[in-house]
Amino acid sequence: MGSLVVPSPFLFRFQVKTIKTKSFVGLLIPLCAVLLALALGAVMLLSLGANPISGYATMFGAAFGSVEGFSETAVKSIPLLLVGAGICIAFRANVINIGGEGQMVMGALLSTSVALTFPSVPSLLLIPMVLLAGAIGGAFWGAIAGALKAYFNVSEILSTIMLNIVAVQFMNFLLRGVMIDPGEVARGTGIPQTMRLTENADLPILLEGMRMHLGVPIALFVAFGAYILLWRTAMGFRLRSVGYNPHASRYAGISVPKNVTAALAFSGAMAGIAGAILVFGSESHRMVTDGGSTGFTGSAGFNGIVVALLAGLHPLWSIPSALLFGGMLVGANALQRAAQVPSALIIALNGLIVVFVVSSEYFKQRSLYAGQVDLADDESTETEGEDNE
Amino acid sequence: MSLQSENGTPMLQMRGITKRFPGVLASDNVDFDVRAGEVHTLLGENGAGKSTLMKILYGLYRQDEGEILLHGKRVDLTSPAHAIAHGIGMIHQHFMLVPTLTVAENVSLGLQSTRGIFSDLKTVSKRIIELSRAFGLHVHPDEHVWQLSVGERQRVEIIKALYRDASILILDEPTAVLTPSEVDDIFLIFRKLADDGRGLVFISHKLKEVLDLSDRITVLRHGRVTGYTTPAQSDRHDLAQLMVGRAVKLAPDKEDVESGDPLLTIEDLYVEGDRGRQAVQGLSLEVKSGEILGIAGISGNGQRELAEAIAGLRRPRSGKIVVAGHDTTLSGPRQIREMGLSYVPEERMKDGAVGEFDVKENMILLNHSKTPFCKNGFLNFKAIKSYSEKLVKEYAVKTPDIDTMTKNLSGGNIQKLIMARELAAKPKVLLASQPTRGVDIGAAEYIHERISQERQRGTATVVISEDLDEVMALSDRIAVMFDGKVMGIVDQKDATRESIGLMMTGEQQQSAA
Repeated sequence: MGSLVVPSPFLFRFQVKTIKTKSFVGLLIPLCAVLLALALGAVMLLSLGANPISGYATMFGAAFGSVEGFSETAVKSIPLLLVGAGICIAFRANVINIGGEGQMVMGALLSTSVALTFPSVPSLLLIPMVLLAGAIGGAFWGAIAGALKAYFNVSEILSTIMLNIVAVQFMNFLLRGVMIDPGEVARGTGIPQTMRLTENADLPILLEGMRMHLGVPIALFVAFGAYILLWRTAMGFRLRSVGYNPHASRYAGISVPKNVTAALAFSGAMAGIAGAILVFGSESHRMVTDGGSTGFTGSAGFNGIVVALLAGLHPLWSIPSALLFGGMLVGANALQRAAQVPSALIIALNGLIVVFVVSSEYFKQRSLYAGQVDLADDESTETEGEDNE
Repeated sequence: MSLQSENGTPMLQMRGITKRFPGVLASDNVDFDVRAGEVHTLLGENGAGKSTLMKILYGLYRQDEGEILLHGKRVDLTSPAHAIAHGIGMIHQHFMLVPTLTVAENVSLGLQSTRGIFSDLKTVSKRIIELSRAFGLHVHPDEHVWQLSVGERQRVEIIKALYRDASILILDEPTAVLTPSEVDDIFLIFRKLADDGRGLVFISHKLKEVLDLSDRITVLRHGRVTGYTTPAQSDRHDLAQLMVGRAVKLAPDKEDVESGDPLLTIEDLYVEGDRGRQAVQGLSLEVKSGEILGIAGISGNGQRELAEAIAGLRRPRSGKIVVAGHDTTLSGPRQIREMGLSYVPEERMKDGAVGEFDVKENMILLNHSKTPFCKNGFLNFKAIKSYSEKLVKEYAVKTPDIDTMTKNLSGGNIQKLIMARELAAKPKVLLASQPTRGVDIGAAEYIHERISQERQRGTATVVISEDLDEVMALSDRIAVMFDGKVMGIVDQKDATRESIGLMMTGEQQQSAA
């Protein structure tokens, strides 16, 4: 019976215990973790001979100090937020989705082919069509891993990672083959990219002269939808129930395999939308591959996990969380220009935040469960056992 | 109280023991003592502070206030090893034995060998045989623990403690896993150990056993001593009152109910257990409307698999199950529920409720997708709230509110929550597995009351329980399960503890005289 859900113990603890962290402490501790990571980053900046205070001022000024900067940050945050919201759903159902990268790629490929096939459909119809195609592509890719887990007990951690690789090779195959820009072939340059996709599918710019486009409200809308799904619908009720306790769910007539599959499909759909937005919101309005996935996704498929964890697996808290990480991406470039530090520092800083946030979870549990620990110990042995005290 | 001044100094005195956990006073100025040659029972409900007190004595916790005196001398017990060195032994309810090792090897675990780095199993074996003879334990040192029955393993635990020269033995619910006849045997052994000059602390909540075995009884409630008494001075009702703080009905009133048509029929059922073992082997039963069938038996004799097969959680290999006229042998849990079955599972936190869900979410676990709780796929919180509040009130579930996380409730209240949810479905057949296991007396009383009411309503009820008293108090007929088969079915009025106890160990029912 327990065979269906065999999570990595670490992530499982994460998932189960981050419930209802609406309390003050639940918010304060991750914030402290971020600040501590920044403090450690300051030491690194110092060792590189840069002034950390002015360095951070540059960074955050670039990311949040101006409308242009914020517009950049918002655009960078889109895939992080979408993937993060999807991760919230998967992890709440106790499914670990490491396949955001592959799901983004598949979503992008399907939406791109829709745009290539129906170039003359008007925007009002084509944009929803390509977004839907992105969702379907990602959902399909997620559902494969979900079904493998649900019906064949294949670890979703392994299958999603491997499906990432398959998706990337599939992308390379298509972009070098049937989807390649005919111009590239004619010119003989052969860069693996599609042609400039139809303008009808361009995501409209929202602020004149800036990059902020329709993808931003779409991402917010989807994140809000994820919240509604999880806590306001019967579907979400089942997903959470299966995540918390598959035994009780089965006993109550809730199908565990179906919901495990659904959780990965939902999660994949959101990553797929992110993939589509990356294509149709890009400056070049085409899909390009450099042979790997990160060149296309910017690692959002992985970083979205961190966004969700920092947000306590809550889709709405994922919004500020995504903005923080998006802002760091924007600030990194500014910092690099201003302080002449390698942008690898930002990668290190990102990593530090991850480490601190993940470890802070331990302290969060301690503070939330403080006082119950001893007592729980006193009685826990009793509830599981026979009719002891 | 005057008893305490006789016989000189007690072996063990615990004086004014207070232990605080954040928000809870687990032990409040408790005095407790044990004299050589006596069995002193510590009686109390879940969370009354029995475990806390014994964990302090065994060096697992430190008291915040109070002192412990052994043979009149003050001691500071800082660890179990320390406690053992002082002659305190604990027979845990969950045995601490390595199944793949022999008895002698288990006993010698953690002991310093007299022969340096070489084992001296021979010496150990010799001593085990001596101890075994002296107290009638019937334990052989060369047997592997996995070959032993539960009762035998318990005696190995006793040997372990005796081998370490324990003069004070803490017996933590030692009868929970034993059959009635094994209980009689072990009580003889306990008596011998006491007569030999040891002091025994008997922890239990089974009132009958407490009265049978004890010399003195200390009753705890909410961490406080609510009474010192002796079996001569009190009966079961007095003890229950001391435990709970009010008069308790130990068995529900039963009105005569005309039993009607059979609502649950099981024919020649075979069910496999988790390891491919035949857990249920050719079992047949019939339960009529308005009737409670109790299934007695030691756990592990196929009761769990039987319950899971009836509820659709485990597919039978062959045979037939009919619920309210519908063949449900191969149906899933949802379909069987629709046929009118409600199931109160054995493990409430594993199968019965989602601990991380709040009370209202668990109340609608079964019908969350039905109107009025769900409209077009969206949950209707207004309906959910009023429904949950109604059930919480109706079934006296003690919870701060319906938004409280379920796992923060006490076992008894979680069980009431599950009962509320299951009975709200107005079942035709009610299947309750260990309905009051680990539940406080007050809640158990209430749950029994509810099950009796279901009987009045005409439900066909199956109660599976290890607690023989519970089965005998509730049932109209009692079936005894052993090794996946029904050894016999007796009417409640003809049932005696002896006859049922015999069947629990595998004796076929003697043809009615």
